[in-house]
Amino acid sequence: MSQIAFLGAIEVGLLFALVALGVYLSFRVLQFPDLTVDGSFPLGAAVCASMIVAGADPYLASLVAALAGAGAGMVTAWLNVRLKILHLLASILTMIALYSINLRIMGRPNVALLGEKTVFTPLEALNMPSYVALPIALAILVLGVKLSLDWFLNSEVGLAMRATGVNPRMARAQGIHTDRYILGGMALSNALVAFAGALFAQSQGAADVTLGVGVIVVGLAAVIGGEALINTRAVWRATFACIIGSIVYRLAVAGALNADLLGLQAQDLNLITAVLVTLAMVLPGVRIPFRKKGSTS
Amino acid sequence: MNTMRLGIAALAAAVSLNVSGLAWAADKHVAVTQIVEHPALDAVRKGVKDVLAEAGLTEGNGLKWSFESAQGNAATAAQIAKKFAGDAPDVIVAIATPSAQTVVATTSTIPVVFSAVTDPVGAKLVADAMHPGANVTGVTDMTPIAAHMALVKRIVPNATRLGVISNPGEANSVSLVSLIEVEAPKLGMSVVVAAATKSGDVLAAARSLVGKVDAIYIPTDNTVVSAFEAVVKVGNEASIPVLAGDTDSVKRGAVAAAGFDYYDVGRQTGKMVMKILDGANPGDMPVEGVAKSDLFVNLSAAKAQGVTLSGDLIAEAKEVIQ
Repeated sequence: MSQIAFLGAIEVGLLFALVALGVYLSFRVLQFPDLTVDGSFPLGAAVCASMIVAGADPYLASLVAALAGAGAGMVTAWLNVRLKILHLLASILTMIALYSINLRIMGRPNVALLGEKTVFTPLEALNMPSYVALPIALAILVLGVKLSLDWFLNSEVGLAMRATGVNPRMARAQGIHTDRYILGGMALSNALVAFAGALFAQSQGAADVTLGVGVIVVGLAAVIGGEALINTRAVWRATFACIIGSIVYRLAVAGALNADLLGLQAQDLNLITAVLVTLAMVLPGVRIPFRKKGSTS
Repeated sequence: MNTMRLGIAALAAAVSLNVSGLAWAADKHVAVTQIVEHPALDAVRKGVKDVLAEAGLTEGNGLKWSFESAQGNAATAAQIAKKFAGDAPDVIVAIATPSAQTVVATTSTIPVVFSAVTDPVGAKLVADAMHPGANVTGVTDMTPIAAHMALVKRIVPNATRLGVISNPGEANSVSLVSLIEVEAPKLGMSVVVAAATKSGDVLAAARSLVGKVDAIYIPTDNTVVSAFEAVVKVGNEASIPVLAGDTDSVKRGAVAAAGFDYYDVGRQTGKMVMKILDGANPGDMPVEGVAKSDLFVNLSAAKAQGVTLSGDLIAEAKEVIQ
């Protein structure tokens, strides 16, 4: 694997770590299986790209993209808590609606950002190639998001949100307005996902209406894969696991792309990725009994 | 035991280094990235490879050929672009718009030849189709809509209302439909667009056109073409002639199409790749439109859909399906 391919995997992994953190909030903290992300990821890309092309400041465009994502999350939560639609169906409804909305926002299926000023443009002034600068900048950003999220989930509001997810009836008995926390949590979750979509569009040169395909699968793979790799008893470990899980997933894809030596072909990519992710999850567990045996003898 | 393993590993490493060292020294490296496996896009890739083979470049004999498909996933396409940027091939061939955009975002030095991209200027792959300037050029698959509208009028002379079915989510279709809306009125036809966002919606979209149109034209829309039989069924039932933007659809029951073959688009792309391998600068090579066009007609479809094809039209056709 070349250095560019390796750092590229880290870069995409860090971008999708934001998605994984969002998915962690909905699936794990709120226990809300949320498929909205397949729509809110391209929503962030669409809002951000359309604004940048219209001449807006890229930082403002990324912020508005996150807000749009928050709106999408709140719609899903509202369908669930107010209209009493099953959470899974509520999120599917928002997701399919967003496909049309994204087309409306962009006015066409693909908005190109190549050559436009983006949040990553200032990195070009640094005295290093962009394939090095981008992962470093993203690592700092993702770490910042992770630490803020850790702080938030241990604050009074965050604790109430966690209680809402763990045992809503008990939470209500303690005077927590669970509906409000579901609305807020889903907004935060999808804001993160849409923000990731905005950054992805800016780093890859275009927003496309098909960007959302499989985002939820990748996000879940990162969350669950990370949990298999790292003990997630504390919140700060769980959020760290999301980031590691996302990067490991991307390294598996990069590894699969470089597996042509074994006679494997392009169409085998997804299969190899699945095998590599499985190995990454299983191998650390295999070593533990081996070590124990060594220590007793 | 351990030393033996180490020895084998070292040997394997030495062999692989040696082989790859030899291969990289002389071979031309062409790397192809494709957004998804799809018959038309695969035909483009085959066209490129065949042209290279005719020029004496085959795998293991002067050519290192890398091919990756993103299997429809944008993030994977991004990683393929980064892998290729790291491998630094002589030319990157990027098939379809999303793959091309992510490659162009990733490298500004390696020559890039895109193919099967409808609107390279709109997709910001090149600033100017005649003078690309940078490291990027390629072949567009923009359909010659004006010629197609003339064909519709030639086959259905009294058509005043033209039905078009497309997926508003496909970038290429959107630009084709807006071209149709410009070109069809020039020939005295108003346009009725029916949307199908997935293949399963095509039948309903076609049925919605019955009674509202005199002919149906299906542009090169992936969603609609994949369910082309549904359109033919409606055309046969309601005696509405169905024309297509691609010749493959004639075999599936369209009356006629003046289309190009994606294999020929690939061959054209391959010729551009060869020029670059021979030292040409992509920035000096204008973006090319589809050069070759063939007329296909289907006589049984014409009968079923209530039109008669003139003798000279049949004589012009490259292929007549009975």
